[in-house]
Amino acid sequence: MLDRADGQIFTGNVRLVHAVGMHARPAVKLTKLAKKFQAQISVRVAGAPEWINAKSVAKIMAMRAAHGSTIEIKASGTDAEAAVAALVDLVASDFPDGAG
Amino acid sequence: MQGGAAGSAYRGRTASIGFAHGPLVRVDAGAGGERAAGTLVEEALALRKAIDLASGQIADLAASAGGEAAQILEFQVALLEDEDLIEQIFASIGDGRPADVAWRSTLDEQIAEYNSAADEYLQARSSDLADLRDRVIHILRGDAGEPLKIPSGGVVCADDLPPSRFLEIDWSGGGGLALLHGSPTSHVAMLARARGIPMVVQLGAIPDAGATALLDGEGATLELDPSAEQVRIFEKRRESHRKSRASARAILRRPTASWRGEHIKLLINIQRVDDLEHADAQYADGIGLMRTEFLLAGRSELPDEETQFQAYDAVLRWAGQRPVTIRTFDAGGDKPVPGFTFDGEANPFLGVRGLRLCLARPEIFAVQLRALARAAVRGNLKVMFPMVTQADELEAGRKLFADVVQRLQADGIAAMLPELGIMVEVPAAALTISSFKAAFFSIGSNDLAQYVLACDRSNGALAPLMDPLHPAVLDLISRTAEHGRRAGVSVSLCGDMAGDPRCLPALLNCGLRELSVNASALAQIKQTIDRLSSGGGVG
Repeated sequence: MLDRADGQIFTGNVRLVHAVGMHARPAVKLTKLAKKFQAQISVRVAGAPEWINAKSVAKIMAMRAAHGSTIEIKASGTDAEAAVAALVDLVASDFPDGAG
Repeated sequence: MQGGAAGSAYRGRTASIGFAHGPLVRVDAGAGGERAAGTLVEEALALRKAIDLASGQIADLAASAGGEAAQILEFQVALLEDEDLIEQIFASIGDGRPADVAWRSTLDEQIAEYNSAADEYLQARSSDLADLRDRVIHILRGDAGEPLKIPSGGVVCADDLPPSRFLEIDWSGGGGLALLHGSPTSHVAMLARARGIPMVVQLGAIPDAGATALLDGEGATLELDPSAEQVRIFEKRRESHRKSRASARAILRRPTASWRGEHIKLLINIQRVDDLEHADAQYADGIGLMRTEFLLAGRSELPDEETQFQAYDAVLRWAGQRPVTIRTFDAGGDKPVPGFTFDGEANPFLGVRGLRLCLARPEIFAVQLRALARAAVRGNLKVMFPMVTQADELEAGRKLFADVVQRLQADGIAAMLPELGIMVEVPAAALTISSFKAAFFSIGSNDLAQYVLACDRSNGALAPLMDPLHPAVLDLISRTAEHGRRAGVSVSLCGDMAGDPRCLPALLNCGLRELSVNASALAQIKQTIDRLSSGGGVG
């Protein structure tokens, strides 16, 4: 999918397996990892009306993603593809220590 | 005052067990106070400097505290580095608000949002935000950096106490924490438990007087200005708590537990191989439940046979002659695994989980069975299937397992079929227990109670109904134990009930003689059995 001059938009879906859902530690890890990329990255709980900036820990927490929910990720920019892959891996692997 | 001259007592909720007797130290949140605002540019600059300073202070605290405390504080640092959040505050300053007002109103919005959340975990995070809010406000007002001086053994009393204030207090001389609000799941409660500082929360309103306090983290009470008699009783409780802990350590070292002359086997539950490093694990009679879901977490692919074999083999080597019961993958329900469990089930607790899932995914199950069959020749291994409803499922699992063993042996690989048992957690299985040709039964009381009582165990609103000692639950446990006794098949119980001293008399009376608990509960359970055996109460 081409989106004007920004180039391609990459997307991914991943199930939140973390036992308590998207709480403080997972949210910190997710935003830390997202900030390592230049790309503009957004996330939402599948089907939610609004996309949320993946680099804002306050907004990720406010998203209140529950355990077992599916997280949608989209990114655009130079390293968008790698960003989506890294974030999907982080969530799928249950936010291992040392990641992010 | 309730007690008049005798001093007054208040009751709250336990957040951390222990006792403190000392001066009452009140800590205020530091509300109020005025600050003269400057120009737009000055205000923006003031906030920027305050944020940088706060960030540095929190990083220093995290570095000196380390471990869990550091991880807790990392959330606050992440908030300060949240550009969306910070930009919103600078925009508000651009609209003409003073820095402290802009900061406070944005943080208060967030705090209100967390407080309105349904789950207690998210609510408890609001105190982390309040901590951060107050730190920056203090810096903006120029009254920051006064570490709390707590006299030795002092009882700190506050509305709520943020984690960073907790870490600024010198607890080396003991002391305790009495909060009017607060929560047992808050970060500060986790820190208090880790440090062994007694803590009671939700004490409600306490008069603005009192010089001496007695804090009992076990009974969840705070007594102010106690009489000599109150102090005497308190010190007696503290001493018996200390002795009880010391005697639990001593009893733990005895070879076996017994009750009315019968040997009670005490085994441990482990979630992962590292759990065997717990200092008390060595005193267990074996491993009653090794969960294997850890193998599915923290990796992007399902674990291969060798990875699994290494984990099972490590546990068998640790156990030596002692039995090790390994439970096959119990995924599904509240434990979804990408690439394994089914998505989109409307009611996953009643869905394709446990053995049901493994039978539906024979290619994944076969890998685990191969690893187990190879491990079986290395020690005293037993394998159990979770979430079994009828005998056919056990037989289908047995057939797959036998085929796997046969193929391994045909290839010249050492393997054998271990003893096969089932978890008893579906009420139908408990009611038709004699139809299962199992080598042993293990009662999963958490799920059994949840299914019998039709109560989601994670739903706090149902807590009063979710009683594992309900006669219907105990009846199913008795039936299973009774069947085991008649058929000569061992029956154990590995749910949370086994580690709860209050449940012990009922479990023993149901006929259970084998319990499996977390290593951290082993000493207390062994001690409780000893006490019950000598005619005492649960203590």
